Amino acid sequence: MNIETSEFHWGMVIDLDRCTGCGACVTACQAENNIPISEQDGIANGRNLHWIRIERYWEGEFPHVRARFLPMLCQHCDDAPCEPVCPVYASYHNPEGLNGQVYNRCVGTRYCANNCPYAVRVFNFFNPKWPKPLEQQLSPDVTVRSRGVMEKCSFCIQRIRRGKEQASLENRKLLDGEVMPACAQTCPPQAIIFGDLNDPDSRVSKLARSPRRFRLFEDLGTEPSVIYLKGGGHDHPG
Amino acid sequence: MTTRANRYDAVRMNREMLSSMSPPTWRWYLLAAVLGAVVAFGLYAFTVQVTTGMGVTGINRPVMWGIYIISFVFWVGLSHSGTMVSAILRLSKASWRRPILRGAEAMTVFSISVAGLFPLIHLGRNWIFYYLLPYPNQRGLWPNFRSPLLFDMVAINTYIIGSTIFLYIGLLPDLAVVRDCSSGWKKKIYAILAMGWRGSAEQWQVFSRGSTLLACLIIPVAVSVHSIVAWDFAVTLVPGWHSTIFAPYFVIGAITSGVAAVITLMIVIRKLFKLEEFLQPVHFDNMAKLLLAVCLLWSYFYFSEVFTTWYAHKPIEWEIFSFMSSRYGIMLLIMMLGNTIVPIIGLCFRQVRRSLPALLVITLLVNLAMFIERFLIVVPSLSHKNIPFIWGSYTPSWVELAIMVASFALFFLLYTLFAKFFPILAITDVREQEEVLLGSQQNGRTRLETLVKEE
Repeated sequence: MNIETSEFHWGMVIDLDRCTGCGACVTACQAENNIPISEQDGIANGRNLHWIRIERYWEGEFPHVRARFLPMLCQHCDDAPCEPVCPVYASYHNPEGLNGQVYNRCVGTRYCANNCPYAVRVFNFFNPKWPKPLEQQLSPDVTVRSRGVMEKCSFCIQRIRRGKEQASLENRKLLDGEVMPACAQTCPPQAIIFGDLNDPDSRVSKLARSPRRFRLFEDLGTEPSVIYLKGGGHDHPG
Repeated sequence: MTTRANRYDAVRMNREMLSSMSPPTWRWYLLAAVLGAVVAFGLYAFTVQVTTGMGVTGINRPVMWGIYIISFVFWVGLSHSGTMVSAILRLSKASWRRPILRGAEAMTVFSISVAGLFPLIHLGRNWIFYYLLPYPNQRGLWPNFRSPLLFDMVAINTYIIGSTIFLYIGLLPDLAVVRDCSSGWKKKIYAILAMGWRGSAEQWQVFSRGSTLLACLIIPVAVSVHSIVAWDFAVTLVPGWHSTIFAPYFVIGAITSGVAAVITLMIVIRKLFKLEEFLQPVHFDNMAKLLLAVCLLWSYFYFSEVFTTWYAHKPIEWEIFSFMSSRYGIMLLIMMLGNTIVPIIGLCFRQVRRSLPALLVITLLVNLAMFIERFLIVVPSLSHKNIPFIWGSYTPSWVELAIMVASFALFFLLYTLFAKFFPILAITDVREQEEVLLGSQQNGRTRLETLVKEE
């Protein structure tokens, strides 16, 4: 399932001890990826289209209560449950370890969303809408999705492509940290680190070896490419 | 062997059993118009859904599958009435099956056809449904044969084709009777449909061999179809769906609703066509015993599923059941009453098994409970999946309900049309039985059946 012909294996590290739950990543992602704006009742009805969300959990009883934040996005699993169930290969595995979504192929069975244990796949229930003047700021690099198709975090694949093109124009290798998804770029406490897991010296690889590492639902065998850090320690090189 | 009196009888029987095909009365037109209107309203609802988007349904994240998939599973289950029951009864040589044979087989064909519509209605982009078909295309892609939805498509199509052939082969001699009784352009059409049936000894021989063979072949198809529908759920990682028991449990569920539907059908056909002499209390008694057996089996499967989950008490899996009982408690109660308590207690009594009003109530209740059972399989598991942050629930919208009701109307409309244009009673089968009885001989306590066929 994870035959990778590319030299890259994109991955992400999210340091939960740094995350403040500010939601800047959600906004950045929305602007970068042409995500339609959901109305209030749309969000209440489970129709929002955010590719990344901040899950807030409360620990303890009032007044000894503490909020925990968990940024949740597509985990780009190496053995992704969403891929085999798609009848039309709209959800497929890209050579660089990304879990791709081909909008043009998608017929909207929504099977992938059911089978995703992280529930990060969102469905276009209506045609996309932007209140004025937000429709003026759509990114030309990203397809606007019509009603009836599934979508989800792409690790800002358009930025990865741009970075690789730039590097090959300049006839050099892609540098660590050169490509950054919108969420990682915007994160004020730099809790989100993105990079190549195949390069043992990249920042993301070093952090991924941290003793504070864990991945979500590892018992399901999905092999996510998103690694979370939690539990104190001082091994964050900043 | 055939006496003059018998032959006269056969003519009378032909006429009697073809009475359902007499020109329609205003009542028939009224029924067809009402059903047609409901179907038209369903079409309107579907148009609204296609032009606006799936947002007009109650579907949301996390409950991405709703009434359409529930109806799909329900209709696939109901389609096990005909082929399973009529094939089993044919193979076990239960001769009282004959009057209901055609009705049950037609029920299969129409319910599987209605079932086949739902996965298409359910698609986000219905207008490109053909992406699911393996055909050479400019995208250079085959469909993904690893996907259970592809298994589904193959299984449903096989079942539609198989059960239609099963129905059609059985119809051949009867179509010939209709051909001989009609005139003008009708005669021409039925002549084509009857495919040159002359009733020669050779034709009968091929016919009986063919129908027995088909009866044997259709049973594994029926079992596999519902197993594959079950695997749509069971192969996923969704807590509450991912269960090895699902395939046999779904097959038993399908047979339960199929048997119940056949009993309902027997009651209706007996009343409509005045078949009191063919469908006697003992036949209802037998079918009710079969229903009792499958209800017991269903309850056993359900108990095994819930008991093991409850005992292990894995939070992620037990959550589904505790959510189900709190949010959908009344539905759970109706399901337990309709699938377990009422039929199992009721059908233990001979008086109930032989009382048609009681059986009508019980069989309708069983099918209502089976619909709810599918709802309780699909919805609670999706509502409370792995991530508590996006737990949700689901209430169907008017669009979904309109399409669901329209599917029932469409089924009854197709059935009504079929009964008007094709012999709904298996004429030759019933006559064969009559003639068998005429020629049978008493030998001690057993009655030996002798087959006499008209040339």
